[in-house]
Amino acid sequence: MKKLTAASLYAGKNRLMGYLARHKWGRKVVVGIPFVWLALFFFIPFVVVFKISLSESAIAIPPYTDLFSWDVEDAYATLKVNLGNFLFLLEDSYYLDAYLSSLKIAAISTVITLIIGFPMAYLIARSEPRRRMFLLAMVILPFWTSFLLRVYAWMALLKKNGPVNDVLMSIGLIDEPLRILNTDIAVYIGIVYTYLPFMILPLYAVLEKLDNSLLEAAEDLGCRPFQTFFLVTVPLAMPGIVAGCLLVFIPVVGEYVIPALLGGSDTLMIGRVLWDEFSKNRDWPMASAVATVMLVVLVVPIMLARNRMGNKEETY
Amino acid sequence: MTTAEHPAQTESQTDTAVNPLTAPAPELWRDPNAKPFVVFDGITKEFGDFTAVDNISLDIYKRELFCLLGGSGSGKSTLLRMLAGFEQPTSGRILIDGVDMSGIPPWNRPVNMMFQSYALFPHLSVEKNVAFGLRREGMADGDVKRRVQEILDMVQMGHLAKRKPHQLSGGQRQRVALARSLVKRPKLLLLDEPLGALDKKLREETQFELMNIQEELGVTFIVVTHDQEEAMTLATRIGVMNQGEIVQVGEPHDIYEYPNSRFVASFIGSVNMFEGVVTVDEVDHVIIDSAEAGGLLRVDHGISCAPNQKVHVALRPEKITLSHDKPDQDVNCMFGKVEDIAYMGNMSIFRIRLANGKEVRVTQPNYARDIKGKFTWGDMVYLHWEVDSSVVLTV
Repeated sequence: MKKLTAASLYAGKNRLMGYLARHKWGRKVVVGIPFVWLALFFFIPFVVVFKISLSESAIAIPPYTDLFSWDVEDAYATLKVNLGNFLFLLEDSYYLDAYLSSLKIAAISTVITLIIGFPMAYLIARSEPRRRMFLLAMVILPFWTSFLLRVYAWMALLKKNGPVNDVLMSIGLIDEPLRILNTDIAVYIGIVYTYLPFMILPLYAVLEKLDNSLLEAAEDLGCRPFQTFFLVTVPLAMPGIVAGCLLVFIPVVGEYVIPALLGGSDTLMIGRVLWDEFSKNRDWPMASAVATVMLVVLVVPIMLARNRMGNKEETY
Repeated sequence: MTTAEHPAQTESQTDTAVNPLTAPAPELWRDPNAKPFVVFDGITKEFGDFTAVDNISLDIYKRELFCLLGGSGSGKSTLLRMLAGFEQPTSGRILIDGVDMSGIPPWNRPVNMMFQSYALFPHLSVEKNVAFGLRREGMADGDVKRRVQEILDMVQMGHLAKRKPHQLSGGQRQRVALARSLVKRPKLLLLDEPLGALDKKLREETQFELMNIQEELGVTFIVVTHDQEEAMTLATRIGVMNQGEIVQVGEPHDIYEYPNSRFVASFIGSVNMFEGVVTVDEVDHVIIDSAEAGGLLRVDHGISCAPNQKVHVALRPEKITLSHDKPDQDVNCMFGKVEDIAYMGNMSIFRIRLANGKEVRVTQPNYARDIKGKFTWGDMVYLHWEVDSSVVLTV
């Protein structure tokens, strides 16, 4: 009989560790936790939403019909799938317009955010380390106050007799107050203001790592500063540009609060449509269909971007 | 065997003498009438209240391979960066081929630089990295391809043209960086610690390759390095830098054998230093009484100094001979105990303690396979050397 000694225990422990290492258990756990998290709190809710989108609106609690019904007496099971909500999305051009308008607003504000954010990120990354921390803190600082509060502040700033109009009039740029609030312009201002940090931070992360000697090498080889920028800085910052654009574009497509508070009655965005369907019309199946299609619309650009990055990695 | 090899050697020597392209660089710095190619005229560079480069004036001639040698913070890299145009001098002028470089941006200078980190563009292939400079000149596609191929073949990287920098080894990256800096045929090539990132063996091979390329293309090289061995093998001339100043300029042989200060003597190679007082100062020799050496030291060159001035005698470890028997000389002779021996293969390093406690470093070539027994730990030995082995340093 084998005696249990410290050595054999040690060997047993080693065998266990070896088994865990061989089957890469550490890796599985690390990847597994976020996987389970996403499954529980993203995938399952999405399946529920998708299910609701296939049902019919009803005056009940919850306000939609069941997909399955089970007749006990006749032992008769029915599966009723309603594609009407999705068909209606195509029939009524209101929805298509809302999607297109959302994508347009998201695309334009992403570009504006990139144009404003890139120089800011560049200057922060190029400034001396002590100032860098201060400047980064300034970028993040707005997050410390409520998002809603900041949007309300913009309402006050942009209204007819608000400070922005006052300043423009006092310097003689305009004669009478401009209508900014409740227009698309106000929506763009609000979105760009709110999402700028999401653009700056990933850009800063790549630009901070940019080796200064690469820029000097480009100049040494005959590049003027703007050529250096487009031939060296931009290609090397591409991962940050893609990340920043996705971080801005995706949430802006579904943005509800900013267009609702700053936009006019004609500012059409899908987040607003969704909210109206859900709360005003109490049409949960329709709202779910809108949400499902929005997700599909957003997944496509993400997949494209991922593919692009993936290809880059290969040829690197 | 040896006699058979000799004719071949002389033949190749005459060959190189006929070919003007492969002829060794003319030693223009010895000619007082020669026109310098690069002129530093009273260059000073200050960063805040720190003076990185302090009033340096220096002439460098065409087809030289000039090494700026110094420790970190000596200002050698700042000097190089001012040549490339990345830094502007606080005062003074830099002339390249007679043209004042003040206010000329890096992209308009007839200069290319090989960076210490190589600075290869990570998003471009080897080929595109090398073509980068030519494309900026707006050169036609076909010409770019030909030039890139030529230069890559020269540095033996033609077969890896499609690779990205991260797929190359350190030595390969170094070759690509060299090709990229040479492909525009600059008048002046600047190299910042070109061999620093390579291992010893690769470094030795590359040193000779660099020299060949330099001779082949006839480009003027300025190399910055902290590695004195690298400077000794590569350079036609060396400028030793310390605290923003050039302390000595000369051919490697001169710098090593005739250092002008204790700093240079101890910075280049290793050296034994003996403090002493001048007792006899003639035109052809001096005699120094050194308590540190425990006797009289005779050196076969005169110096200009006051009588009884305190001086230092510098003596290289390889110039000392060891013996068990008392040598037949009463100067340049010391007696001590072997305290340590380091076997280096090609030579052995001895640490010898004199009676007064002074430690002397001696190297002896291992001219036979088994010389281990000759001197061993604890042996009492005599150290002696010739009058033309040491130099007297007054500063």
